[in-house]
Amino acid sequence: MTHYIPITDADRAEMLKTIGVERLTDLFEAVPTDHRFPPLRLPDPLSEPELRRELGRLERMNAHASSHMIFLGAGAYNHFVPAAVDQILRRGEFYTAYTPYQPEVSQGTLQAIFEYQSLICALTGMDVANASHYDGGTALAEAAIMAINVVRGRRKIVVAPGVNPQYRAVMRTLLQGVDVEITGDENPEASLAEVAALVDQTTAALVVQSPDFFGVLHDLRPLTTAAHAAGALMVAHFDPIALGLFQTPGEAGADIATAEGQPLGVGLSFGGPYLGIFTCRQQYVHKIAGRLVGVTRDVENRLAYVLTLRAREQDIRRERATSNICTNQGLMALAAAVYLSLVGRQGLRQVAELCYHRAHYAAAQIAQLPGYQVLDRGPFFKEFVVRTPRPVGAINAALREQGIIGGYDLSGDYPHLGDAMLLCVTEMNSRADIDALAAALRAVA
Amino acid sequence: MHNHEPPIFELSGQGKIGVNLPQIDVPQSDLPADLLRTDDLAGLPELTEPEVIRHYTRISQRNFAIDTTMVSLGSCTMKYNSKLHEEAARLPGFAAAHPLQGEELSQGALQLMYELQAYLGEISGFDAVSLQPAAGAQGELTGILVFRAYHLDRGDHERVEVLTPDSAHGTNPATAAMAGYRVVEVKSDARGNVDLEDLKRKLSPRTAALMLTNPNTLGLFEEHVVEVTRLVHEAGGLMYGDGANFNAILGIAKPGELGFDFMHYNLHKTFTTPHGGGGPGSGAVGCTAALAPFLPAPRVRRVPQTDQASPPTERGASLRPANAAPLPEGAYEFFVPEKSIGRMKTFHGNFGMLVRAWTYIRSIGAAGLRKVSETAVLNANYVQARLKHVYPAAVERTCMHETVLQGKLAMAPEVRTLDIAKRLIDYGFHPPTVYFPLIVPEALMIEPTETESKRTLDAFCDALLAIAEEAARDPEMLKRAPTTTPVRRLDEVRAARQPILRYDPAVFARLREEGLQF
Ligand SMILES: Cc1ncc(COP(=O)(O)O)c(C=O)c1O
Repeated sequence: MTHYIPITDADRAEMLKTIGVERLTDLFEAVPTDHRFPPLRLPDPLSEPELRRELGRLERMNAHASSHMIFLGAGAYNHFVPAAVDQILRRGEFYTAYTPYQPEVSQGTLQAIFEYQSLICALTGMDVANASHYDGGTALAEAAIMAINVVRGRRKIVVAPGVNPQYRAVMRTLLQGVDVEITGDENPEASLAEVAALVDQTTAALVVQSPDFFGVLHDLRPLTTAAHAAGALMVAHFDPIALGLFQTPGEAGADIATAEGQPLGVGLSFGGPYLGIFTCRQQYVHKIAGRLVGVTRDVENRLAYVLTLRAREQDIRRERATSNICTNQGLMALAAAVYLSLVGRQGLRQVAELCYHRAHYAAAQIAQLPGYQVLDRGPFFKEFVVRTPRPVGAINAALREQGIIGGYDLSGDYPHLGDAMLLCVTEMNSRADIDALAAALRAVA
Repeated sequence: MHNHEPPIFELSGQGKIGVNLPQIDVPQSDLPADLLRTDDLAGLPELTEPEVIRHYTRISQRNFAIDTTMVSLGSCTMKYNSKLHEEAARLPGFAAAHPLQGEELSQGALQLMYELQAYLGEISGFDAVSLQPAAGAQGELTGILVFRAYHLDRGDHERVEVLTPDSAHGTNPATAAMAGYRVVEVKSDARGNVDLEDLKRKLSPRTAALMLTNPNTLGLFEEHVVEVTRLVHEAGGLMYGDGANFNAILGIAKPGELGFDFMHYNLHKTFTTPHGGGGPGSGAVGCTAALAPFLPAPRVRRVPQTDQASPPTERGASLRPANAAPLPEGAYEFFVPEKSIGRMKTFHGNFGMLVRAWTYIRSIGAAGLRKVSETAVLNANYVQARLKHVYPAAVERTCMHETVLQGKLAMAPEVRTLDIAKRLIDYGFHPPTVYFPLIVPEALMIEPTETESKRTLDAFCDALLAIAEEAARDPEMLKRAPTTTPVRRLDEVRAARQPILRYDPAVFARLREEGLQF
């Protein structure tokens, strides 16, 4: 017996008798004899105290947001997570529940997802939000797939080089088996206007990100106009925190808008689980992938929530489904719903303002340092690019000694920038932290 | 119990806030006026922390979940989710580590991933593991894309079909289609196995792969699995293993030894990472050495002396920036397999789920894992034995970790599986999976898992037997069920005909006028 298995020896004997076999091993006669009961070479099991010690040993080998000042973003952000969020996630009624296929016993999950969808629509100005994708990268790739399905007969996706390189990589991986051309990002220096000019009569979608990978905010309205003029869809990837202040994808006229939802109450967690936010216009609702919760009533005329428009999904449509997604990131959608409810209308703006003003303060401090240059690429939100006097690897090694996690090294993805790092400042970085960063950068110049 | 909880938007009050944020402590910069949002975030609610907590706590109580009742959903492996795992994943060095902070600062996380790769490989008999895919379906897509890359790498361009049994889960054909393949369905035979004659007819030089779940979705071990894998390989195809049912065969059989080339693990099933009301999961994948070079990036290895000194399954470029100082030999690092299909998602997988799965394997070990499967199979066969005289089994055979019965009651022909499932709710149980697999009419797919006691299994069986009697006596009672839940049966057609997919005050006001209670 392990402490998770409540069947006693006496139970087992009685159950085998009911089943009508003598030994437990008789239940496995369909397994080929020469492959039956192979040894498993695994470390000996540990008791809970021992295991906690081992977990602690591994955990302490990692830097984290309390041990270090983090000035690194690039797709994963050290934002504030209110204690109340995790207390809700820890409720067994939520985290040990299954997908709400049986609505009568799943109203909690269903209402939470409905509220998540509603909050995301309010945040983005879009009409429809689904119940989540795996992360921002897969959400964006699914947007490209959806565009191909919506705009029939077109097989080209034009994507801006300012879209997070990992997202572009994911899009290329997920679409490698189908006949779709992904283009637009060959020239890393291309402006958005130049990219938009590539949209033609064979293009299904224009894919852009704002703030882009470099943190720069763009007015997407002219791009939407250009995409629509060519009969293509506009796909916008956004930062949910930036929407506390800045133009929404709805205002920009986007047809599909996606985001990494991790900033909304989901911790860093070394890269996952995160939250793929996916939204679109009403007219495309039958082409959306993933789960949707809608409202209906029960036989006693009570308002009730239920998974709906299910005929799009793999369990019903099989090889003609809009996507193969089944398990999603439901609990992270709950986190986002609780987070947005807590910060609300005022709090989200405050978080965005803190990011904006502190990031600009940091940029101004760093711009004064000899040897460093803050690149002016236009208005920015919480990330910005700094040219460094030495290779970023060396700078970051020196920052580590000061308990600082420095910026993302851009030399791999964007070699034309030379020695350059992408720094990120959020509401978690105080003025004192920023001053410490500036002093440390000065020292390594 | 309280019956209603309004949408959170209706609890909003102007000027309220539920967080305590820092003051702006830096000089303020100008905002770009032409880029501001113009609606003042008017659609977001305003609440205090106590109101938010009470709201979500109240709605949570409208759920059935493993912590409150047995959830016998077949194919889902709803086993107990250890509380230790929740603590483990929340340790700050895991929960608050940045995915790009660099290997120097992440050796503990990388060691955990490296060990989990090794454990999963050992348990399944595979040479290489990638932890990146986010869920089972993404693991499937990973596998089919790896197969595609493998065939193309060998100059084999003619393989355009993927075979899936008619009992397959919907993600299998959906995955094959997403990867650009034509789906060809293979029949099942009377004993619930892949029909060998039909398989032979459908195998051809166009076959890229067969996707097989073993035990299959009827809860049965494929009796000819070795023959099936041999036939597929002889035709030049590859064997994909859908690992959704792996909970049946831990320490019982290794898919890698049965002839599978690739499989996904649903860590959120077999390795008890919680389902979270729909996700997140983790669809880690394992494969043979021949396919390892194609796995998605990044994987974790120990820093070799030279790249050639790596084991063949761990060759490829380090993910470190070119200008970063090298890590010492033996340290853990990310690498990109030589012919990798690319990245399936951002970063390195659903890491929090990996911590839970690692903790699970370390706490029960090899003997514990075998015990898990033996008990899961025992429990399912016990339920089958107690029920099959009333609810006919889809196939009369020893089942594995789940049993597929039919809600076809001799004494109440008008009663359907749906009615039985709904009535079970009134007895306090979450219904089993219903109407899947598609080849079984009125399917009731029951997977008790190993973490239910005999007492609970008996109560569950007693409930189903009592329902059968009720069905004979008063079928209408079943059609009215459930009656004990916060809401009863729903008008699902209306939900789809007039979709309301977000809160709109005008729409909800109209619903109130129509007399809807909430
Ligand atoms: C047999 C089978 N295959 C595949 C899947 C898909 O796995 P996931 O939901 O993790 O994507 C499931 C999930 O329910 C399943 O039961």
